[in-house]
Formats: sequence, C-alpha cells, structure tokens
Amino acid sequence: MYPLLEVQGLVNRFGPQLVHDGLDMQVAEDDVFGIVGGSGSGKSVLLRTILGLQRPQAGVVRIAGSDITHMSAAQLRGVKARYGVSFQQGALYSALTVLQNVQLPMMEHLELAAQERDELALLKIRLVGLPVDAAGKYPAQLSGGMVKRVALARALSLDPSLLFLDEPTSGLDPVSAAAFDDLVLYLQQHLRLTIVMITHDLDTIFRTCNRVGVIVDRRMESDTLERIVDNPHPWIQAYFHGERARARRGAAHGA
Amino acid sequence: MFVEIGKTGANVDLELTGEWRALQIAQIDRELAAVELPAGSALRIGTQRLTALDLTGAWTLREFVRRARGGGREVSFSGAPPDLLRLLDEMHASADAAPSAPAAPPAVPEHSAVLASIGRYAVRAGADMVDGLGFLGRTSATFLRSLTSLKRLRPISVARHVYDAGLTAVPIIALIGFLISVIIAYMSAQQLRGLGADIYVVDLVAIGVLRELGVLLTSIIVAGRSGSAYAAELGSMKLNEEVDALTATGVDPFEVLVVPRLLGLTIALPLLTIIADLVGLAGGALLCRYLLDMPLTQFVGRLNYAISPSTFWVGLVKAPVFAVLIGLCGCYRGMLVRDSARELGRLVTVAVVQAIFFVILADALFAVLFMEMDI
Repeated sequence: MYPLLEVQGLVNRFGPQLVHDGLDMQVAEDDVFGIVGGSGSGKSVLLRTILGLQRPQAGVVRIAGSDITHMSAAQLRGVKARYGVSFQQGALYSALTVLQNVQLPMMEHLELAAQERDELALLKIRLVGLPVDAAGKYPAQLSGGMVKRVALARALSLDPSLLFLDEPTSGLDPVSAAAFDDLVLYLQQHLRLTIVMITHDLDTIFRTCNRVGVIVDRRMESDTLERIVDNPHPWIQAYFHGERARARRGAAHGA
Repeated sequence: MFVEIGKTGANVDLELTGEWRALQIAQIDRELAAVELPAGSALRIGTQRLTALDLTGAWTLREFVRRARGGGREVSFSGAPPDLLRLLDEMHASADAAPSAPAAPPAVPEHSAVLASIGRYAVRAGADMVDGLGFLGRTSATFLRSLTSLKRLRPISVARHVYDAGLTAVPIIALIGFLISVIIAYMSAQQLRGLGADIYVVDLVAIGVLRELGVLLTSIIVAGRSGSAYAAELGSMKLNEEVDALTATGVDPFEVLVVPRLLGLTIALPLLTIIADLVGLAGGALLCRYLLDMPLTQFVGRLNYAISPSTFWVGLVKAPVFAVLIGLCGCYRGMLVRDSARELGRLVTVAVVQAIFFVILADALFAVLFMEMDI
C-alpha cells in the first residue's frame, strides 16, 4: 500500500535562490497533514509543485502512486479531477455566482443534466454550512468566512478523496476559525477525506491535524503531532514552545 | 458495470458494484435509468460489493430510491444502508426546516417590459452623465487645489505618464502618420494627374494632415493605448482596494492618480501630434518626389504657399482638448470598477469606445467653430 501523496527529493530553485533541497513528504490515506514553515520557507511553492502548477528542477511527486512531474497535460487533467484545492484568498471567480462557482468543476468533468448539477451544487453549499440563499450571491457580496466556505464547497465539487487547503483559517476571527476547523473535521470523517493543509494557526493544527510537516532548512521534518512538538530543531521549538504558543496552551489548560 | 439486476418473483434485487464516484456518475445514471421497476414490485438493494461511494454517488442513489418510493414501491437495503445516505437525510431534514427562498418578482407584461427597459436605460444614462460631470468637477477642483505647490502637482508622476503615453508611442504614431499621408498623396495624385493639377497634391496632404488627420489619428491611437491603460490600471487598483488604502491614509486618489495622468496626457498628446504632422509632411514629400517627380524645393515652395500659420495651430489646439477627453474617459471608467474581473473588462471597453466617440464629436464641433471663425 503506497501513500496517497508522496514527495521525494524535491528540488525547487529560482535563479540563485534555492527553495527546496531534497524535500521528502508522505501523506497516508485519512491523514490530516499540516504543513508549517516560516514566511518564505516555500510552503506555497511546495503546494504549487504538488498541484502540478509548476515543475520542479528535480524530484518526484506521486499522487495515488503516479508521478505527476512527468505527466502530459492530458494525463494531469485526469489527476486534477481527483483532488480539490481551496486557495488562500478563495480565488472565487468574481464574475460567477456562488452556485456557478461550485458547479464549474462539474461542468468541466462530469456529464450531468443542468437540474442534477444545480441540486448537487446546492448540496455542497449546504454541506459547508452556508444558507441556500447564498447560492445566488456574487463573491464580492460575501464575508471573509463565507468566501472560505464557498472555496471549500468548490474544492469538494467533484467529491475528491484528497483535499488541499491553503491557510484555511487565515483572516478569520477565532470563533469563525474554530467553526471552520470543526467543519473540516466533520467533512473529513464523513466523506473520508485525506487533507493536506498549509497553516500558521496553532489552534487549527492542534484541533485538526494528526501529522505535521515543518519546512526547515529547505527540507521537511514530519512526524505525528504528539512527537513533532518535541523535535529538537530550534525553529520547531520556537514555533511550538514560543511565547505565543505558551500563552495559547496556558489558556487552553486553564479553561 | 455499477448495477447488477436480479429478479425473485415480482421483486427486483439490485446489487451495487464497483466505485460509485462523481467521475463515473454519467454511466451510473444511465444504468439506473435502465432498471425496470414494475408497479407494485418491491426493491431490495445490496451494497456489500460497493467498493467506494462518494457524496455524488450517494445523492444519485438517494434520488433513485426516492423515485422508486414515490411510485409506491417497497425499498429495502440488505444490510445497513450506507452512512452517507443518512448524512444526506439529515441535511435534507434540516433544509426543510429552513425558510424557503423568496418568491420571484411578479412578471411584467411584455409591451410594458420594453418600455420599462427603455426607461431604465434612459435613467441610467442620465445618472451616468451626471456622475461623469461630477468626476470632471472633482478632477478640476483637485487640479486647481494642487496648483498651489509644485509638490502637489507630482512632477515625477506626471513625467512618468508623459513617458508612458508619449515617448513610448512615438514609433507607432510616426508610422501611422507616414502611412496616412502616403495614402492621401497617392489617392489625390491619381485624381489630380488627369486634370494636370499635380501640384495640388501638396495642398491636400498639407491641409489634411495638419488640420485634421494628424491630431485625429494620434488621438485615436492614444485612446486605444493610454485610455485603456488608465482604465485598467485604476480598475485593478480599485479591485485590489489600493484606492481605498490611499483614501484611508489621507491621500486623495484624484490628486495622485487622476490629475497626473490627465496632465501627462495633456503634455504628451500635442507633442505626439507635432511628430505625426512632421512625419506626415515628410511622407507627402517623399511620395511627391518619387511618384510625381516633384523636386523637394518645389514641394516646400508650394507648401509655403498652400498653408498659413493658422493651419498648423488649428490642428494643434485640438490636441489638449482631446487629451483631456481621453484621460477623463479612461480614469472615470477605471474608478467605476467594482467587485469583479468581468466589470473591469467591460469598463475598459466602454472607456476606449467613449474616448474615441468624444474625440470625434469634439472634432466635429471644432470644425463648425473654425468654419464660423473663418479660419
């Protein structure tokens, strides 16, 4: 049994700047894998590479066993129908309504009658906890939290088994962020999703992730959540045991 | 194969097999549609051999079961129904409790719908004009206020816009000016040669280019280049909330964005017009030399006779007016962009079309004015 997502020996370089140098990463089925790293450590580049948006200088990215770095565009299209992505700013199509946004992947990949498509899209919109009357709205009319939920609904449009979330809770207030974490967990359990998320939010990591990969020194240190906090690397120590982390934990224990 | 059909007596047994996933949904739909359900029969669904079921698959199955039950048939699952069906049931239960969508507005009869849309269009056009005038007023007021100090006129920004709208446009303006005067010279030479009036080619080229075509074509090209650029720049700044950020920092976006663009264009367009005029005359001279065998000295001599000093100024004086029209159309439409990328595209188009329209309209008004003034 191979891991659902596997990255081996990844090298990404922009001119003289080396972003990744032999990065390895493995995500097994049903994992919720959190990717953590300092600003500029190459989290987004890693995600873009995994999504096939850019080709690495060296290394292999396997999704469900097949290497996507050497695929033709047509083969890649087939793989892309199997995962969903929710981008940091939502990346909703501003000229389309919420319903049309959610339907767009279905139109491209599925043969469905218009009415079936409407009902399925509405189902996805309800699934992420949005009211049905949000379906006719345009992205500019939505609040930040709703944008994140619509982006999630669109990512779930084709019922992927692998879901990528880029900073799912950034820009949300703590209450909305917690609600979003709960939603992600609920969906993960009910739809049997494997989730890979980039996040800075310690609360989100402790609430949702079972494995965490930290990008340090252009490589990845990954482990289970319980063990990664004891990793001796100074950046990881500072991240999980720094001032802000302690304050949060203290508050959590006090409650 | 996703559905295997068996029959025991009047009852139908369905065995679901394989992966019921969204990507196979068209095939699954077809196979379910092919299942015959006699009235009054009972349906038993087996799910043991189902290897995967996602939400889309579960929804399709649920709809199928609902239709079968709607026909008064017994539906039962051998073994427990899939978990996702329960999830869907729960979601539908909570959705039914939620208030339904508001009713559509009452339909309007067709003849009054036409009237209504004409009325709506007129009202919108009127409001648009008032807004445009407001924009002109605010720009003028900002310009007058920033006249008080050199710093507030933003000379560096103005210089950049002179460069962008002017200097970088020189090659295309020169090329167009050259080609147009060659076309006029060639066409008129063909006609006038038959009358033995070759020499009037010089008059036609000189007056046509200096009075009308030099400035008009330059303005149209600048409207396409810079008018669209202004609308697109300001529009994407609006979408990115950069304009709001300026306002919030206490900087007037009209002072830093609109006025420098208008000033830059007002400086650049007359200069471009002079270049178009020069190259146009040169093109005319070249064609006369090689097509009509007219020596350069004769061309210049005739040129001196054909035009008065006012011919050149009559053309040039229009350039700043056209520049203001083009800049206003571009900046105004750019500042109207809100919400979506499609809006940006629409308003950039409107900016260019209106800029060209206003330039030609103003040119027509100038023609009447100069005729009345006997220039």
